[in-house]
Amino acid sequence: MEHYTMNLTLKVWRQSEKNSDGRFETYEVKDISSEMSFLEMFDVLNEQLVIEGKDPIAFDHDCREGICGMCSMYINGRPHGPWHATTTCQLHMRAFKDGDTVVVEPWRAKGFPVIKDLVTDRSAFDRIIQSGGFISVNTGNAVDGNSLPIEKEKADASFAAAACIGCGACVAACKNASASLFLSAKVAHLALLPQGQPERKNRVLSMVAQMDKEGFGSCTFTGACEAVCPKEIAITNISRMHKDYLAAGLSNER
Amino acid sequence: MALTGIFLISFLLVHVGLNACIFADLNWLNPADNGEMFNKAAHFMGSTIVTRLLELVLFAGFLLHIIQGYAIEAKNRSRRGQGYKVSMGSRGSTWMSRSMAILGTLIFLYLVMHIAQFWVPSRITKDLQEVTYNGVEMHNLYLRMYEVFQQPVVVLLYLVGVAALAFHLLHGFHSAFRSMGVHNKKYLSLLKGLGYGFTVIVCLLFALMPIAMYLQWVSPNS
Ligand code: HEM
Ligand code: SF4
Ligand code: FES
Repeated sequence: MEHYTMNLTLKVWRQSEKNSDGRFETYEVKDISSEMSFLEMFDVLNEQLVIEGKDPIAFDHDCREGICGMCSMYINGRPHGPWHATTTCQLHMRAFKDGDTVVVEPWRAKGFPVIKDLVTDRSAFDRIIQSGGFISVNTGNAVDGNSLPIEKEKADASFAAAACIGCGACVAACKNASASLFLSAKVAHLALLPQGQPERKNRVLSMVAQMDKEGFGSCTFTGACEAVCPKEIAITNISRMHKDYLAAGLSNER
Repeated sequence: MALTGIFLISFLLVHVGLNACIFADLNWLNPADNGEMFNKAAHFMGSTIVTRLLELVLFAGFLLHIIQGYAIEAKNRSRRGQGYKVSMGSRGSTWMSRSMAILGTLIFLYLVMHIAQFWVPSRITKDLQEVTYNGVEMHNLYLRMYEVFQQPVVVLLYLVGVAALAFHLLHGFHSAFRSMGVHNKKYLSLLKGLGYGFTVIVCLLFALMPIAMYLQWVSPNS
C-alpha cells in the first residue's frame, strides 16, 4: 500500500468533567503518516498539546489491538469511524486523505455519561453482566473437554456471540441508545451452551431489567448496531434474546 | 407493540379485501354491478353481532398500538441525552425504520379523517342514502365513496396516508416478528419478502381506490 502523509483539521469534543458544559475545539495536525493508527494520530496531537502547555485530550484505550473494547470514539458520524468491523485502534489513517476535516465525539447515551473529553463511564455494562449472575458448574478437577457434547452449529454461534468486546458502539449508533445488541450477545453465548442452561431464564430476565434500569432504550430493529459492531455480532441474537425473555417470563418459577 | 401491530395487519387484509369489491364495478368489467357487491359486503360487516364486536376489538387494538407506540418513542428518545454533531443518518439503518412514530402519526391523522368520512355517517349519524337489494335496505356506502373521491384534495390526502402506511409496514411487518423472537435467518428473509409483497399489494390496492373513482374507472351508473 502506498505511503503518504496528510494534514488534517480535527474537531474534538472537550469537556473538563462530568457535569461541566463541553464544546468542540479545532486542532490542526500536520505530516500524519497513512500508516499510523487513529489513536497514534491522537498521541501525536496530545504531545503537541503538552508541548504547548495545554491539557491533552482524554480518550480511552488499552490493548490497541482490537480486543478490549476501550477505544470509544464516534468519528465523522460513525462509531469507530468509517471502516467496517474495525475498532478505533485498528482504524488506520489511510482511511483519510490530505485536507480532511475529522469530527470526533464521545459515545452519546444517558447510560454512558461523559467523564472527560472523549471518555465515558461505561460501568453500566459491567453491572448488566453482573446482574446475569453465576453459572452452575462442577468444581474440582478439570473435566475432559469431550465429556460434554455440544452441537457444532451451537458452539459456533455461541463463540461468535462471545466475540463481543463490550465496546458500546451498538449503543452509540442506535437511535434509541439501546444496549440490546451487547446484551443479546452476552445472553446468547451462554444460552447456546449446556453450561448456561441451569440459570438461563433468570439470567435473561435480570439482565434485561438491569439494561432498563441503566437508562438504555429498547430495540426497534433499525439495524444500526449490527452495521457498526466491530465484532460483527448478528442482530438475530436480539430476536433470540426476545424469544428467551418471553419464554422465561411465561414459564419462570420465580 | 408487535402483537397489536400484527393484529392491525390482519385487519388490513380484511379491509382491503372488502373494499376491493368496488372493483367489481370497473367500467370495462361489469358496470352493471354499480357497487352492489361492495355495499352488500359492507352491510354484512355492519349487521352481525360478531363483526360489530370485532369492530370494538379493532378500536381497542388501534388505541393500544398508538399508546404503546408513543410511549416507546418517548422513552427511546429520552435515552440519548445530548445528541451528536454529525448524525449517522442512513448509514446502517433505513429512514423508515427510524421514522415509525412520524409515519404512525401520519396514519393516525389520516385515520381521523377516514373515520369522519365513512364510519361516523354510517354508524353514528346514519345520514347516508339508502339502497335496496332483494328487499334489504342498506346504506349506499359505494355512492358515499364516489362522492368523497371526487375532491382532488381528498384523493391526495388518501395517497399520502397510504404511502405513510406503506413505509410503516415495510419496516413494521418484519420488525414485529423479530420482536417476538424469530431469529432463524431463513425464516427472517422469508418474512421480509412476505412483508414487502404484502405491503406493496395491499397499499397499491388501497391507493387504486380513490384513483379509480376520481378517474371514473369505477363510477355509479346515473
Ligand atoms: C395509528 C397510528 C399509528 C401509530 C402512532 C403507530 C406507531 C408505531 C410505533 C411508534 C411503532 C414502534 C416502532 C418500531 O417498532 O420500530 C410501531 C410499530 C409497528 N406498527 Fe404502528 N402505528 C400506527 C398505526 C399502525 C397501523 C395502522 C399498523 C398496521 C396496520 C401498524 C403496524 C405496526 C407494526 C407491525 C409495527 C412493528 C412492531 C414491532 O416492531 O415490534 N401501525 N407503530
Ligand atoms: S455488540 Fe458489538 S458494538 Fe455492541 S458492545 Fe459488543 S462488540 Fe461492541
Ligand atoms: S484499544 Fe482495545 S479494542 Fe481498541
